[in-house]
Amino acid sequence: MKKHLKKIISVGIVLAVYALVIILVQTGALSRHYQSLLVPIGINVILAVSLNLTVGFLGELTLGHAGFMSVGAYAGCLFSIYCDLPTVIEFPLALIIGGVTAAVFGVIIGIPALRLKGDYLAIVTLAFGEIIRSVITNLDFLGGAGGLKGIAKYKSTASAFTTVFVVLVITVVVIRNLVKSRHGRAICSIRDNVIASESVGINVVFYKLLAFVMAAFFAGVAGVLYGHNLGILKPNTFDFNKSIEILVIVVLGGMGSITGSIISAIVITLLPEVLRGLDDYRLLIYAVVLIAMMLLNNNPKFTAFKENIKAKLRPGKKSAAESVNATVNVSETAAEKEAE
Amino acid sequence: MALLEVKNLGITFGGLHAVDDFSFNVEKGQLYGLIGPNGAGKTTVFNMLTGVYKPTAGGFTLDGENLTGRPPIEINRKGIARTFQNIRLFKDMSVIDNVKVGLHNGKNYTIAEGIFRLPRFFKEEKELDQRAMELLSVFGLEGERDVLASNLPYGKQRKLEIARALATNPKLLLLDEPAAGMNPNETAELMDTIRFVRDKFDMTILLIEHDMKLVSGICEEVSVLNFGQELAHGVTTEVLNDPKVITAYLGE
Repeated sequence: MKKHLKKIISVGIVLAVYALVIILVQTGALSRHYQSLLVPIGINVILAVSLNLTVGFLGELTLGHAGFMSVGAYAGCLFSIYCDLPTVIEFPLALIIGGVTAAVFGVIIGIPALRLKGDYLAIVTLAFGEIIRSVITNLDFLGGAGGLKGIAKYKSTASAFTTVFVVLVITVVVIRNLVKSRHGRAICSIRDNVIASESVGINVVFYKLLAFVMAAFFAGVAGVLYGHNLGILKPNTFDFNKSIEILVIVVLGGMGSITGSIISAIVITLLPEVLRGLDDYRLLIYAVVLIAMMLLNNNPKFTAFKENIKAKLRPGKKSAAESVNATVNVSETAAEKEAE
Repeated sequence: MALLEVKNLGITFGGLHAVDDFSFNVEKGQLYGLIGPNGAGKTTVFNMLTGVYKPTAGGFTLDGENLTGRPPIEINRKGIARTFQNIRLFKDMSVIDNVKVGLHNGKNYTIAEGIFRLPRFFKEEKELDQRAMELLSVFGLEGERDVLASNLPYGKQRKLEIARALATNPKLLLLDEPAAGMNPNETAELMDTIRFVRDKFDMTILLIEHDMKLVSGICEEVSVLNFGQELAHGVTTEVLNDPKVITAYLGE
């Protein structure tokens, strides 16, 4: 009964957010400038939530997310340029084609790259992103450096937002459901201790690849959404900085927290625009805010404060913060014992 | 035929014979001890039995099946589970999730069934919950089901590791220094738990231990390793009184 109530509340919140934004757009209460930010926000949420699967849940640092995004974007947008189906069929197909192409690249890159650990994997995925970008720049049928033009754009802000919102909700639900299943637990166990997960019979190679490919798929889908929003794709937008931006969102929102990624994506996308009035000081303040948020997120007192609020919102469950405090001493003495 | 038959097992790292020509048999239902001074090669033997290292000589069979040099995942599925000397829990996961990872291969719902929340997902997840809680209650951990594994006190972390290993439904359980870092009370409690596990799950247990009170208290037979070679083996009380063994531990 309680579970059902929780579900109903979640669905209610999602619908309310959607309705609120649509009302704001239709009544013109939201300025054109902010309206134009709705789709980028949605795309960044999709990118962040999917990257969180590899960085947060699998625990592998990858820096090539923009690379997968570009592969998906070009594949999906090429399809919709050369295909003449009604939009209702064509657009979802383009999304799927973009996602699947990115996923195929995920498999190709993942099989050799996932043998590497930590820094090495980060460097290889970074190199992949850069290689993809320079290959696209040099391919004429993809428009080269000038960009791929003539992509059909969304008809209105409302329809664009609706499309992105639906894809966003699907992405979040799929990734959340995956994480909260036996397969997701296997992925998290690899993050926590590879040797132990092998010892209980978890197929480490398979689950690493699964997380990596799923993340690539949704990055590709986000790319297709991006292409149809601008009507043009330029290889330079998918550079190293884009990958870093997504990574910053994930780290800031908290590794392994889907809600965190969503909130953080919204904040990070809006922040530079909100600060626009400050002109030259904009980037300075942006950086300071990032540092402040990082410090705050890693502050044990702030974490305990958050846990307390969570516990108050969910009566019945024991306050996690209390049990943390109670057991910290015990595990410390245990560690000392072991050291002896 | 013994459940675990180890024959002439050996491994060399460069020129070092870490374990050399080591043989022993563990019968079904037995509590078998593997003892020896530090650096004797005990954990190396465990690592070979679980596929972490590939033996360079000899081999071993479980229930008559040769598993020498197979990868860890396969060996686990064939029925050998282990714990680690330095606890390796999934520390950022809850206590119950640690056990559920151990139960992973016992369930069959696919990735798609999980993502789309089809009926088999709910049915099998419910079974997972029940089974995990059963295992936790064996170790008195049912009250801590939602606590993060890293927040458990040390003794309970050791127990959780055993519960997780049992979740894979093994025929043979390898315990690597289960009493390390425990006080005498906790050790006594652990001895009861190990005995209880053996009786309740009809388990065969091979354990490495330095605490001679625990070894003499629960092991029926022991093998002694020294510098990678077998020093003695046989009934626990006899072996522990063997002058050779005492010398190896205490010096001349």
